[in-house]
Amino acid sequence: MVGLATVFGAGGGTSSYREIEDTDVIVLWGSNARVAHPIFFHHILTGIRNGAKLFVVDPRRTSSARWADRWLGLQVGTDIALAHAIGREIIAAGLHNRAFVEGSTTGFDEYRAAVEQWTLERAEAVTGVPADAIRELAHAFATADRAQMCWTLGITEHHNGVDNVLSLINLNLLCGHVGRYGAGINPLRGQNNVQGGGDMGAIPNKLPGFQDLLDDDARQKFEISWGCTIAPRHGWHLTEMFEAMDRKEMRALYVIGENPAQSEADSTHAIQILEGLEHMVVQDIFLTKTAKLADVVLPATAAWCESEGTVTNSERRVQRCRKAIDAPAGTRDDTDILIELARRLGHEWHYPDVESIWNELRSLSPMHAGMSYARLVDLGGIQWPCPSNDTLEPPFLHGRLWAQDPRDRGRLAPLSAVAWEGPVDLLSNDFPIRLTTGRRLDSYNTGVQSSAIASPMRDGETLDINPDDAMRLGIEEGERVRITSRRGSIEAPARFDLDLRPGLAFMTFHFPDEVDVNVLTIEANDPKSGTAEFKASAIRIEKLNGAVGAVGAVGAVDVAVDVAVPVAGD
Amino acid sequence: MTQTDTARIDTTRIDTRPQETPVGLPRRAVTIQLDGHEIKVPEGATILDACESRGTAVPTLCYGDTLDPVNACRLCVVEVENSRVLVPSCSRKVEPGMVVHTDTERVRHSRKMVLELLGSSVDLSAAPSVAGWMKQYGADPTRYGEIAKTVKQPVKIDNELYVRDYSRCILCYKCVDACGEQWQNSFAITVAGRGFDAHISTEFGVELPESACVYCGNCIAVCPTGALMFKTEHDMRELGTWDESAQRQTDTICPYCGVGCTLTLHTQDNEIVKVTSPLDHSVTSGNLCIKGRFGFQHVQNHKRD
Repeated sequence: MVGLATVFGAGGGTSSYREIEDTDVIVLWGSNARVAHPIFFHHILTGIRNGAKLFVVDPRRTSSARWADRWLGLQVGTDIALAHAIGREIIAAGLHNRAFVEGSTTGFDEYRAAVEQWTLERAEAVTGVPADAIRELAHAFATADRAQMCWTLGITEHHNGVDNVLSLINLNLLCGHVGRYGAGINPLRGQNNVQGGGDMGAIPNKLPGFQDLLDDDARQKFEISWGCTIAPRHGWHLTEMFEAMDRKEMRALYVIGENPAQSEADSTHAIQILEGLEHMVVQDIFLTKTAKLADVVLPATAAWCESEGTVTNSERRVQRCRKAIDAPAGTRDDTDILIELARRLGHEWHYPDVESIWNELRSLSPMHAGMSYARLVDLGGIQWPCPSNDTLEPPFLHGRLWAQDPRDRGRLAPLSAVAWEGPVDLLSNDFPIRLTTGRRLDSYNTGVQSSAIASPMRDGETLDINPDDAMRLGIEEGERVRITSRRGSIEAPARFDLDLRPGLAFMTFHFPDEVDVNVLTIEANDPKSGTAEFKASAIRIEKLNGAVGAVGAVGAVDVAVDVAVPVAGD
Repeated sequence: MTQTDTARIDTTRIDTRPQETPVGLPRRAVTIQLDGHEIKVPEGATILDACESRGTAVPTLCYGDTLDPVNACRLCVVEVENSRVLVPSCSRKVEPGMVVHTDTERVRHSRKMVLELLGSSVDLSAAPSVAGWMKQYGADPTRYGEIAKTVKQPVKIDNELYVRDYSRCILCYKCVDACGEQWQNSFAITVAGRGFDAHISTEFGVELPESACVYCGNCIAVCPTGALMFKTEHDMRELGTWDESAQRQTDTICPYCGVGCTLTLHTQDNEIVKVTSPLDHSVTSGNLCIKGRFGFQHVQNHKRD
């Protein structure tokens, strides 16, 4: 969201799902949509059947990669190196859209200088992706009439996640694959209302509707409506809050519908911080592990089926959630709790129903102004921006960049000359294996909602490794092993997976009560978004009956690359 | 469409500037006669589309809004003048000057026979509308007597999410198409066997947990007869507590990933008993994954802490 907002001023995917069906080239980068976003992948499948080429960029040969024309199995954390090599190749072959680059973007010279060192050969050495495959992707992407770039947490859950995002957006800008039907940039949101949270200003630097907190006019509009003053300063994102809690600057925490005791990287440390608070309130539908640490627990209704409201999906579509069943006794809607809390704090908020809260938003956020509840129902949801009560905007964003008159193009889109840095958690002889994390089809996050699904596909948590690594370590399939990172140690059964190359291991964080994988992950955060590097930990794997043979499963290229990386602080 | 209109559309199509909306091929209007009325329908529409546009009821079982027609059940047949045989309205496209009759003696007789043959061999009790059609066409499946061969067999229950009750299966192929290349692309099921022994099967007839099934339930969503059924619905039917008249349907949004699929929650006695998705929604086209389809246990009140 930060990356897109930096380039385009709006933190949202630029295309609609339907456009994927009508595109020519689809790049799925750091995303296993077949498993993590199955119904979005239906649109990709339709696109493939309509003739689109699919490229999948992922360290694992995922079930999404099985549908690809080409799978680019890069080393974990080398995304910028690969993206820059693609950019360099496009420029070197003269395939970039000169008119668009000159008329609608800025920073081309700096960008060209930044990617110059990323020859196909160097990229192959760093990323592990054959030069031929990089060239093929570059040419297919650049020569396509319409191309789509899609990513998920494989791009953002790195210490330099925002730079990763910027390096991918560069490629679309270079080729003019944005602001046109069928051509665009799509981050797939991991949770049902991540986009909506940003839309509503639940980010530290924005008011609802992505209006900047430092914009005096915008702030004044809200101050008049709300009858209060709003401090003209940015707040903290999640990671900054944890840092502030750690140094005791922040002493009280109010958690709504989040389970940081299990979802944060380096969870042992996270729990210590939460336990050190003077006061913690948790509002949730379950007594989560975080709620068990709280001083006050406010039992809430399940927003998606026990109360009314809206959520926003990955294509910026605002849709209605409705109450289908009565909530258990003693629970209250999130809005009721907040209104009551405000009253106890001396503020009378008058909202007869949730629709009146929504209508207040419509009066303050121009991009939501035309979205009445009635229209949201009639149209099956509405994509923002929707400033008008009568008409709809095109399904894609930033068509302005193609305006004939330069004055109509608005703020030009900057190319970003970002630099590549490898993962913070370096591989070494003690920690020779790269652990990456992700989701399985039938589970979700820390399992609070999904653990009750009686899925026949579920095996519980496993350490997925390549059989060659297992053989070197003398590990048999199903054997419980010890997995250790620089932060902690856990046990889990090993599972052989040929989709992983030697030196690469995979786990989820769906079963934290049995296997707390986030004990292993590193709290190395992106300074701009605050997202932690869940995707790249260095681990060793040991047999439980003795520590012999722990070392040795080293991916030589990976180590060489990682060691060469300068890293600030560790 | 006038000459001027066509020219204007052609201009749009060769315009290389960014298009605000996808431009498809222009569709001409075709004039046909339906039950004595002259009507205009878009080129490429089926006779069934034409009937629906006029509000003419046509019974269908194997037809699915989101699937290519397979012409398996023959229930939707109509009479087209100058056509030797009755034609399935779900797949036959309209042609200029076509004269269609949907309610002739020949049509009614054919539909009655289809209903009787299906009804004598398959349990259609969970298929909505069938009882009404039986009455409407005077169909009596029992007239073939006890000797009529049936597909009766025990219900396959090999997981906690959904059951396969092939006593109810009319072999319409909708589940095969939904699981296969038209939507899910999992290819967990297909038709095995020949003649009367033809049946829907997993690869080598293995149980579902050993098959390629990913429990999206997109087959359940298209099954017209209840042969594929939520385990919750099956259990309630066994207990005699399944009561559609006491159920409500509420549209909401899936609580899992960020795709934003619309879920239609079917509730009875404050419990979610089944989940579907609207066939005409641009996000799902009626499809869901295991989490959207079956991920509601955590709010079932008898299970809540």
